[in-house]
Amino acid sequence: MTDVECGPLRLKLEHVHKSYGTRPALCGVSLKLARGEFVALLGPNGAGKSTLFQLLTGLFNADAGRIEVCGHDIRSNPVAALAHLGVVFQQPTLDPDLSVAANLRFHARLHGLGRARAAARIATVLAGVGLTSRVGDPVRELSGGNRRKVELARALVHEPALLLMDEATVGLDPASRRQLLDEVLALRASGVGVLWATHLVDEAEEADRVIVLHQGRVLAHGTPRALTEAAGAATLADAFLAMTGGVYA
Amino acid sequence: MKPQHAMLALQAVVSREIAKFVRQGGRLASALVRPLLWLVVFAAGFQNVFGVSIIPPYDSYIPYQEYIVPGLLGMVLLFNGMQSSLAMVYDREVGVMRLLLTAPLPRAWLLFAKLVAGTLLSVLQAYVFLACAALFDVDVPLSGWLYALPVVVLAGMMLGALGLLLSVQVRQLENFAGTMNFVIFPMFFISPALYPLWKLEESGAAAVHFLATWNPFTHAVEAIRFALYGQLAPQSLTIVAVCLVVFFMLALQGYDPQRGMMKRSGGAGGN
Repeated sequence: MTDVECGPLRLKLEHVHKSYGTRPALCGVSLKLARGEFVALLGPNGAGKSTLFQLLTGLFNADAGRIEVCGHDIRSNPVAALAHLGVVFQQPTLDPDLSVAANLRFHARLHGLGRARAAARIATVLAGVGLTSRVGDPVRELSGGNRRKVELARALVHEPALLLMDEATVGLDPASRRQLLDEVLALRASGVGVLWATHLVDEAEEADRVIVLHQGRVLAHGTPRALTEAAGAATLADAFLAMTGGVYA
Repeated sequence: MKPQHAMLALQAVVSREIAKFVRQGGRLASALVRPLLWLVVFAAGFQNVFGVSIIPPYDSYIPYQEYIVPGLLGMVLLFNGMQSSLAMVYDREVGVMRLLLTAPLPRAWLLFAKLVAGTLLSVLQAYVFLACAALFDVDVPLSGWLYALPVVVLAGMMLGALGLLLSVQVRQLENFAGTMNFVIFPMFFISPALYPLWKLEESGAAAVHFLATWNPFTHAVEAIRFALYGQLAPQSLTIVAVCLVVFFMLALQGYDPQRGMMKRSGGAGGN
């Protein structure tokens, strides 16, 4: 259904600029993301990834340029754009005192899902992340990895066409990190477009395309292999280091 | 915005606030202790110090306890309005606010839902206080409970909108206590909550009297006072309604993605 509404292009940015006072945070960022595509937005801390995500989620507006989610301009038609968007924020945004189900129901209602449809979708998305048995548990009792999975499930409740993951693996142990990445990679098959922001090169290696963001500018974009070859490096990590002047740690 | 979607979101926000309130068991108790102390202890001690003459809406001499009930109802609304804005600041710090503001609904509606949720709790607490006052033999006519309801709702919304506006201005939880001191106490004391305004005039405190007449809380208290005795206070009601609209519009502006808090706070915890 979302395909009919959305067409093949899930996200389009054209020459997006954003400054905080005199300090530029994003300078002329352009990108496109298609149906079923997993794009990694790779950049060191302070590259402008979070600023970009705040613009994408309509939390504030760009100074110049255009952002379209499924063809809807985020500035002039934020409601339509946000309806197609699923977001996992960098900061945890679950209510720890509420149960897993209650957290998901809250989100479902904010997205206008009626009781029956919300219940069906919640069951589906929790099964998808393997947490059906924890549905009644307070979030407080969940491990960090499982909390993130619940946040992923929540972002998918309303069947978004585009999923934004803002450094979603921060603070997770390697096994949980791997699991979360695998679950999101698997979403491609259903047509969901994914923009995965990270500063970890190994997460970007499995992306369909990588966009390297540094000091608010797109330094390079292409498949992980093309980027590695273009930089004349042996690995994507080396290529990234070379491009960003060794900022990566 | 589809009406059904809008109502679902309103229901979500309101039930979340109620669930939080129920979970925080001490909140109702602490909301009641404050005005009850004023009513039972302060009013008992000062009963004979303040002579309250016959002024509208009263048609006879009334005990001091009865005089301060509307002011204390206002106090309950004022504190809860501020408490709701404290929760907004907290939600912003822990990130829950992002979830709300990225819902596919007009931002004005989402903030209105927050305001409705906070007001509902305010009104609930105000009536529990009124019931407690009745237990202490403070006579407010029973019919007044009903007449006062729309006015208490309006005043609760106005003070909630003020809280919403403050939540735009206050960046961090740590700054909140100071704001409370600068807002709650002056608003409460420079009003007819504890003494009729003519007393201020009589004692020559012209500046304080002037401030009190410009204090929106003054008009909230007076509108409630008249309503409790089945009378209308058109001027006060108008001022409360206008303040509600102005505070809410200013708060909306504060949450506007172009001009608002996210921008001024350098990205609200981002990057």
